[in-house]
Amino acid sequence: MSDAGFDDWLHAFAADDGYYLECANGHGLLPPRRICPDCGSTEFAEASLPESGTVAAVTTVHVPAPSFDADAPYDTVVADFGAIRLTGVVDAEPGTTEIGDDVEPAVGASETTGNDVLMLRPVSAVVEDTGPE
Amino acid sequence: MTGVRVAGVGLTHFGSHPDRTGRDLFAEAALNAREDAGVPLDDIEQLNVGNFAGSLLEEQGHMAPLLAEAAGLDCPATRYEEACASAGVAVREAVRTVRSGEADVVLAGGMERMTNNDTPETTEALAIAADELFEIRAGVTFPGAYALMATAYADAFDVNEGELKTDLANVASKNHDNAIPNEYAQYQREISVQQALDAPPVAEPLGLFDCCPVTDGASAIVLVSEEYAAEHDLSAEVAVVGTGQGTDRMALQDREYLARTPAADDAAAMAYEEAGIDAADVDLAEVHDCFTIAEVFAIESLGLYEPGEGLGAARRGETRADGDHPVNLSGGLKAKGHPVGATGGSQIAEMTRLLRGDHPNSDAVADAEVGVTHNAGGTVASAVVHVLEVAE
Repeated sequence: MSDAGFDDWLHAFAADDGYYLECANGHGLLPPRRICPDCGSTEFAEASLPESGTVAAVTTVHVPAPSFDADAPYDTVVADFGAIRLTGVVDAEPGTTEIGDDVEPAVGASETTGNDVLMLRPVSAVVEDTGPE
Repeated sequence: MTGVRVAGVGLTHFGSHPDRTGRDLFAEAALNAREDAGVPLDDIEQLNVGNFAGSLLEEQGHMAPLLAEAAGLDCPATRYEEACASAGVAVREAVRTVRSGEADVVLAGGMERMTNNDTPETTEALAIAADELFEIRAGVTFPGAYALMATAYADAFDVNEGELKTDLANVASKNHDNAIPNEYAQYQREISVQQALDAPPVAEPLGLFDCCPVTDGASAIVLVSEEYAAEHDLSAEVAVVGTGQGTDRMALQDREYLARTPAADDAAAMAYEEAGIDAADVDLAEVHDCFTIAEVFAIESLGLYEPGEGLGAARRGETRADGDHPVNLSGGLKAKGHPVGATGGSQIAEMTRLLRGDHPNSDAVADAEVGVTHNAGGTVASAVVHVLEVAE
């Protein structure tokens, strides 16, 4: 079963085509949306996401939910991409990510479930786009 | 609009009671509250009960009629769900019902049965208080979300990791100290700051002793109108004089602030305005310390501290029992325990006991007249604040 709006948005990262929604008054949002919670606008256009964002908060998760059991420990971050922020699992050695680091989005898979996961890769570690592991 | 009094409070022991059903836990709390209040069963006109995850943790939905029956009640009953603020919302709506004159006597409270599940199942159930698409699928756990907020706080206010962890360990140690004499508390034992610092990591920078435990328990309070209290000669000297509620975006990533909790700011402002007080009038507070960093956010949202200044309050002794701003004299969620759907009602019950003078820690605040409770849902996407006063 799919989650309309969200799945298309997530999979766009796999095609290096990440986007967010911008309302008529310039507020950034993530889909699915029908109304802007900032201003009430109901008109949206897709806008290209910057290639990289900056880590604004980070944690190393040692005690995961069962759905991430085999992935732990791992770093999860909230990263600032300008109009919006993204939350994702960092594709790097746990404990090595710091606030202020640059990251770029990609789609990976949970080692536990195989489900798609929004990954955020340290920009310095990206040599070329190798796609999801 | 009539005034609202707390006529009675009831609690179960908070702790590990895996063999006790949720209905039995709530029945005990409700009977204790009614006995404390001295209110006849037939006078209770409404039940508002908080429960967060009974449908997952106990495979039981439709909780309100079940818990009404368990408490011996035959009246309109509604279950409120606002994650960890479920009982806070149940109490708030009960206050509003009594104020409006629709009912003179309302029983409010909450219940959660949790330890009948293993820790991974409970972790997964609690995580549903976060955004399923954008947070849970990105590996965010409940402690992980607060850990993200903690690192954002440290960054915003230029605190290094060592200082952050030490100040948070002081919050844990303080709340354990407060729980020692509390007969309802899950952990009636002290922990040192060093023990907290040495605990294994859960979601860095938070360790095991930064996290509240998994808890079974129930809470209940009997709220009555001033008129009913007078007519029935009830000893109901504590009044609920302010109630407020606030809402924020669900996911951390979508919020204006990662290191502040504006939903609680809004709830406090609303409650203080109703009560005609400001933060300087608050003598003591029971706040939602599901994680040690959450107590820091709470005391800043309540206006007891400016943003960035709450972190060191426990270390400096200011929020200890003998400090200027005693916080969580019950032991808080950290040491008293956190049966999720019961906590908001427990805070009102503990504050009432503290103000009445029959709490084991009442002597520390013998002259207190104004107490505030702060109950938060999830990562404070929802918050409820109540102001209680010793009535003249």
